[in-house]
Amino acid sequence: MKSEGKKRIWAEYQKEIADDHYFYVRSCIRQSFFPGSEQFFLHFLGDVLGKDIYENPSHTTCTGIGYHADVVPLSTIMTVIARHYALMKDAGYRHIVISCVTSFGIYTEIFETWKHFPEELEKTREYLYKATGREFDLPESMTHTSDIIYKFRNEIADRAKYRLVNHETGEPLNIVEHIGCHYSKMFPKYGVGGAEFPNVLGGMIEAWGGNVIDYPERRHCCGFGFRQYLVQANRGYSLSNTTKKFSSMKPYKPDLVLTNCPGCTMFMDKWQYTIREMEGTVYGENGESIPVLTYEELAGLVMGYNPWDLGLQYHMVQSEPLLRKLGIEYDPADKFKTKDGRQMPLPQNLINA
Amino acid sequence: MHKADKKRVVVIGGGAAGLEAAGQLARAGCIVTLLEKESETGGHVKNWYHLFPDIRNSDEVLKYLVRQADHGNITVRTGVTAGSLEKNGKSVIVKTSRGERIISDAVVLATGFDLFDSRRKEEYGYDIYHNVISSADLEVMFREGSVKRHDGEIPQRIGFVHCVGSRDSKVNNLYCSKLCCVTAVKQAMEIKKHIENARVYCFYMDMRMGGALYEELYKESQESYGIVYIRGKVSEVSDNIDSRLIVKVEDTLAGRPLRMELDMLVLMAGMEMSESGMRLAESSDLQTAENRFFAPADHHFGSNRSNMDGVFYAGTCTAPMNITDTISHARAVVADVTDYFRNINA
Repeated sequence: MKSEGKKRIWAEYQKEIADDHYFYVRSCIRQSFFPGSEQFFLHFLGDVLGKDIYENPSHTTCTGIGYHADVVPLSTIMTVIARHYALMKDAGYRHIVISCVTSFGIYTEIFETWKHFPEELEKTREYLYKATGREFDLPESMTHTSDIIYKFRNEIADRAKYRLVNHETGEPLNIVEHIGCHYSKMFPKYGVGGAEFPNVLGGMIEAWGGNVIDYPERRHCCGFGFRQYLVQANRGYSLSNTTKKFSSMKPYKPDLVLTNCPGCTMFMDKWQYTIREMEGTVYGENGESIPVLTYEELAGLVMGYNPWDLGLQYHMVQSEPLLRKLGIEYDPADKFKTKDGRQMPLPQNLINA
Repeated sequence: MHKADKKRVVVIGGGAAGLEAAGQLARAGCIVTLLEKESETGGHVKNWYHLFPDIRNSDEVLKYLVRQADHGNITVRTGVTAGSLEKNGKSVIVKTSRGERIISDAVVLATGFDLFDSRRKEEYGYDIYHNVISSADLEVMFREGSVKRHDGEIPQRIGFVHCVGSRDSKVNNLYCSKLCCVTAVKQAMEIKKHIENARVYCFYMDMRMGGALYEELYKESQESYGIVYIRGKVSEVSDNIDSRLIVKVEDTLAGRPLRMELDMLVLMAGMEMSESGMRLAESSDLQTAENRFFAPADHHFGSNRSNMDGVFYAGTCTAPMNITDTISHARAVVADVTDYFRNINA
C-alpha cells in the first residue's frame, strides 16, 4: 500500500473545524449505552483545553432513527433540526458539534438539501415559526465530535500517559478503525479524509502510537443499518454483515476496534456476544473477543483516566485484554461500584471479563 | 507561388492530429509552424505498444507521423506552449509561453486529450494499492516486455475495469470515450500472449465495439483467448493480508454480487479535454461543449471549424476518437483551411 496516495487524498478532504465556542448536541445512543464518552468529551474540551462548549437542555433527538424507519417525514425532521439551530442562535453560538454519526448525516443531508433546494429552507423557516415562533441561522461550521478529537489529537498525545503500544513487546497495537457510514459516505467533503480512505480515526491512532489496519471489508457496514436492525425479521442480515466484517479483519489480529458512530460501537460490541453465543465464534486472539471503543474512551485511556470512570465496563466485550496490553493499572473490585463506593449488581455473561 | 505569398499556419499540438495536419498543410503549400509543449512530438502514440484492431506496432504509426512532418515547409518547435490566440484583421496571433507573438493566417488546434486521472475514482485505489494500474501503465509494461506485480510475481488473475472516468456523472464525464472497450479487449488478449495461463476478466457496462473489425476482435478474445466478460461495475477495491486485490462487482446478467480475488487490476482510463486545450479555450473565447471538448462550429458540416475565423480543430480536442479517425479528421482540416484561404482572398 502506498501511504503517499492516502496522504494525497487526505489533503483533498480537510474540513474547517472550529477552534472554540461550540454548541454541542448529544447522541441518543451514546448517552444511553456508553455515557462516559460524552462525559469525557465535555470534560476534555471544557476542563482540560479550556474551550467554551455549551449544550442546551431543550435539545431533543434529531429523530434520525424515525426518519430512516420512514415514520418521520423529511419536512418534520428538517423542522426539528431547524429548532436545534434556533436554540443555537438564541445561545449566541455558530459552530455546531454533533455527537452522533446518524445525526451528523441528517444535518449534512439537510444542509445540502437547503443549499440545492432553497425553497425547502424557506418552507422549514415557515414551519418552525408557525410551530414555535422561533427563527434560526445556518451554522458557520458543522463538525462531528470525532472531528474535534481529531483536531486536538496532538494535544492528547502531548498529555499521554500511555501510548498505543504493547508495553511488553514495544510493538504498536493493531487497531481497526471503523467509520460510520453516515459520517462521509453521503457527502465525502464533510469527512476528514473523505469517504473511501477516511482519516478521522486513523489520524488519532497514528498520533497516539498505534498501527491502523486496512482490511478488505474496511468500508463495509457494521451491521447496524436501520432497516436491518429495526425490523426483527431482518436481524439475521444485520448479523451476517457484522460476521463479514469481523471475519475479514481477523487475520490481522486486531487488538482493538475504534469507531466513531454510536450504532457501530453498539453493534460491533454486542453482536460479538451474539455470534459467540450462536456459533461459538470469537474474532480476537486467545479465545477472546475484540474490544470496541469510542474515540473518547480511547483518548481517556491514553491520557491515563481510570477505565471504569470512562465507562468501559458498560460494553458487552470487556476491555481487560486491551488494558493489559497497554499496561494500564486498574482495580477489578472497583469495576461495578458507584462513584460513592456502593457495589452495583454484577452483570452476567460479560465477554473477556 | 513564392514563399512570401504562401499562407502561414500555426499548428498547436504535435500528436497524431498535429503531425498529420502539419504534413498535409505543408504539402498543400502552406508554411507551417508546429508547436509542441513536450520535448518531442508523437503525443500519446509514443507511449502505446500495439494498436487495435490489427495489433500493429505503434512505432510504425509513430514513424509515419513523424515522417509526415518532415517537410521543408514545416518548422517544428518543441517545448513551446500556446498561451492564447488573438485576431488581428485577417491574421491570428499566437502568443506563446516564451512571450513570442507568432503571426499566422490560420491556426489549427490539435491539442489532443489527457488521459483521465484514475486517482479521481478513489474507490478503485489507484496510486494506493500497488497492483491497481491504468491501461497506460500496462502499455508501458508491454513495451518493456514484462507484466509483473509490484512484488515481482507474474499475475495469474487479472481484471480490467471499463469506463473509468467515462459515462460517469460522479466525475462529470457523461460521454463515452469510445476506445476503452476495444483497448481492454486488445490488452486482455496481449496479457494472454504474455502469460499463457492467466485468467482475465473484463468488467463492463456495455461493450461498445463500434469500429471496423472491433466486433471480430471481441469475438476472437472470447473464442481464442478465453477472456471472461462480466457485465457490471466494480464498486470497490481493497487489499487483503496477502496483498491480493479484493474486488467487489455486481454481475448484472447473473443478478448477483461477486467478490473476487485478483492479482492485478487494470483501469481503462477514459479521455478528457486536455488541460492545455482548456486553457486556450478560456484565454481565447473558444467555445467548448458540455463535455468540455472544443465545440465544433457544426456537428455535421463543420467539425473542423471553430467559432473564431481562421481557427480550426483537428483530432481529439473535439471528441474522443481513435487514431484512424484522428488522422482522417486531421486530413479534413486541410480542406477547411484551404477553403478559408480561398474565401478570404476572393
